[in-house]
Amino acid sequence: MSRPVAITGIGPVTAFGLGIDPLWEGLENNETGIKPLEAYDATAWNCPFGGELPADAFAIRKLVPKHYRKATKVMCRDIELAVGGALFAVNDAGLTTAGAGEGDPTISPDRVGCHIGAGLICPDVNELGAAFVTSCDDDMTFGLDHWGREGMQHLTPLWLLKYLPNMLACHVTIVHDCQGPSNTITCWESSAPLSMAESMRVIQRGAADACLTGGVESRLNVLATLRQQCAGRIVRASASDDPATLVRPFAEDAAGTVLGEGGGILVVEAIEHARSRGATIKALISGLACTQSITDNVLTEASAESIADAITLAMNQAGLSANDIDAIVPMGLGIRGIDRAELEALRISLGERGHTLPRILLTPATGNCCAGHGAVQLAVATRAIELQRLPGEDATLNHVLVLTASQGGQNTATILSQEPGS
Amino acid sequence: MSGRRVVITGSGWITPMGHDLDSVWKRLVAGETMVGPIDRFDAATFPTSFANQVREYDWTKYVENAARHGQPGMHTAFALGAARQAWDASGLGDLDGLDRRRCGLYLGSGEGALDFNSYQKSTIASWQKELAKIDDGAWQAAAAEYIDGEYEVAQEPNEPITHIAREFGLRGPAFNCLTACAASTQAIGEACDILRRGDADVMISGGTHTMLHVLGITGFNRLTALSTRSEDPEHASRPFSRSRGGFVMGEGSGVIVLESLEHAQARGANILAEVTGYGSSADAYRITDLHPDGRGPAAAMHAAMREAGIDPRGCDAQGRPEVQYISAHGTGTQENDSIETKSVKLVFGDNAPKIPMTSIKSMMGHLICAAGAVELITCLLIMRDGVIPPTINLTDPDPDLDLDYVPNVAREASVDTCLSNSFGFGGQNDTVVVQRPRS
Repeated sequence: MSRPVAITGIGPVTAFGLGIDPLWEGLENNETGIKPLEAYDATAWNCPFGGELPADAFAIRKLVPKHYRKATKVMCRDIELAVGGALFAVNDAGLTTAGAGEGDPTISPDRVGCHIGAGLICPDVNELGAAFVTSCDDDMTFGLDHWGREGMQHLTPLWLLKYLPNMLACHVTIVHDCQGPSNTITCWESSAPLSMAESMRVIQRGAADACLTGGVESRLNVLATLRQQCAGRIVRASASDDPATLVRPFAEDAAGTVLGEGGGILVVEAIEHARSRGATIKALISGLACTQSITDNVLTEASAESIADAITLAMNQAGLSANDIDAIVPMGLGIRGIDRAELEALRISLGERGHTLPRILLTPATGNCCAGHGAVQLAVATRAIELQRLPGEDATLNHVLVLTASQGGQNTATILSQEPGS
Repeated sequence: MSGRRVVITGSGWITPMGHDLDSVWKRLVAGETMVGPIDRFDAATFPTSFANQVREYDWTKYVENAARHGQPGMHTAFALGAARQAWDASGLGDLDGLDRRRCGLYLGSGEGALDFNSYQKSTIASWQKELAKIDDGAWQAAAAEYIDGEYEVAQEPNEPITHIAREFGLRGPAFNCLTACAASTQAIGEACDILRRGDADVMISGGTHTMLHVLGITGFNRLTALSTRSEDPEHASRPFSRSRGGFVMGEGSGVIVLESLEHAQARGANILAEVTGYGSSADAYRITDLHPDGRGPAAAMHAAMREAGIDPRGCDAQGRPEVQYISAHGTGTQENDSIETKSVKLVFGDNAPKIPMTSIKSMMGHLICAAGAVELITCLLIMRDGVIPPTINLTDPDPDLDLDYVPNVAREASVDTCLSNSFGFGGQNDTVVVQRPRS
């Protein structure tokens, strides 16, 4: 691969809080961040649990530069989490962007790109409802004629801009003054690795020296959760169930996933640029390939052959064989059809080793963070390489494989590697 | 430009002006528009009650087995029709031994048509007046009655690539981006990069979108971005006019087949054009405004021409500017048209007024995520036929906008190199350069 690209900063945002330390500690202690939902009253729903960021763990107004506080009024939850994750990641990378941080910028604005995966953001139904009821007559019958004439005026003029998926990257580029290429990938759980693939391409073709990359999503609201429920992906649970055992990736009795929120932003950088500014190389991206599954059910199934193709392509890019892979961060949603495809893909591409390698399972701890989930996986894999450790034990980790297979059938395989000689 | 050369070997579109290349092209050259009242919902009292709507479209005619696609969202339905046209035109379907693992997809697709009616019914049924919020449990019960789960799932932005992959058996790299009005130009540019690197041999690219639903029109009306000239919709889309008052909503899809030159040559494909340059930038300025200096669009144009090896201020052997046509983003908003003009002048200098620059949005409306792809396909037809479609409704030019917008009447011109601009809400700027294939 031309122009090697490294990860120099990670900013995950998960049910454990902002940053990698609380997440890693939770994984070390085998804890779960899945708890009874507070975002809305889910007691009557199929699953009253979620991987929700505690209210006291994240306050966007305290995180953004003072001059940007006013803009937080037009941020939905997804945007807040992305902006918070990006601030953390940039700080973690030791970068000073032209828009944020103390002192002179350590990188020129036009040399920073931004690629952030996002979902189809659902509008807040309470915000909509307050406007809907103004268009109802006395017996609460809604009138579209009234809505057009007056009701819609009860939505703030910038209402739409809270919910456009590309507004995550928009705010992040403004906060950090990133004027290089910027994009928003919307491919569910594969959004973050696909964003990283794009950041790599941008850096390798010389259009930027560093990119903020990753993905963030929060589906912990009634409409988004309903969509996942309808898709048949959510585990059915009652309030008395143990949230730690709800998601059971790769188990015979796996019964679905639980939604989480968050994801994260990572700083990826041309290795020579990172070295020239004395940055710590946390991991190298030595292979990143993507493929498409062909199935008639892309909600709860995936194609093992296509996932295997991605793994093989990534290993070829990295110049590695099955024996070189030391650990796997699979997607492991707990959705049987997709889990089975992941396992079969590992068998096809890595042989028996695919089933014996250690796996770091995240969904039981964080829930499925959807467009952000791949970013959590990538951040954890990076941390594992940095620490030379799996949760609960020391390990030699030269190369870690990260897999995603999205709702919709987009698959990615990423190989993160320890910097040689480190 | 480094890496493999990339060519276009097929194109197709589903638009408000028709569902096939040539009939739409004829209307564009004739300066027609098919804008009219919105009839997908009752918009009579909305500030904007008109749009460019796709009509009488049956997606099932474009697929081999409609049952495999269930009930696709409208964005997916548009994309399947456009992709079928492009695929068939490319001749790839007739090719024995096509390695479909080397065939990928990169669309700039927005969401499908959101089901406003079921949202309002579920919300009102569960509304607690005294608390000014829904009862969350009651909302779920109401939603079970009103909201169609399969419909909801089908509106996701990555659904079109999933269905196109299924239709043609494509297993290569697959992406969807959603950068508002810049999305499909960005998708095409990035798909080209995937081909240049050798990560695929064929990429299906372009975009698809509909925001012709209650929440879409509501959102843009609240932003005051749409024209409200409801009494005179045919003259509402007025790019570069003094009296321009916002864009006119459109919908549809444009899809092209991109291929590495060697792959296309090896199979004897009909090469329509070569994509020689792509540039992308972010404004990083404000969530609602373009940077007043036009720095973002200028950066994207510069980058695209640098990749294409074009000097924007230079001339070719015939004494013409090296770029002979610019497909403007040209939305018809005060800000866009002013800043786009400024940035074109900044980039092209003395050449700027010599280069015809038109906005087909004056006729077709703004297809949002799909706009860039449809406009790039128009560039292919301009090079093919040597005629530039006009910017219509340009009867009262803005005195501050002094480029050659080809007002109101099409013009014959020999065009070998086109530049196509797309700028998105949120600050993404993307430019692609296409050229007549070199012999």
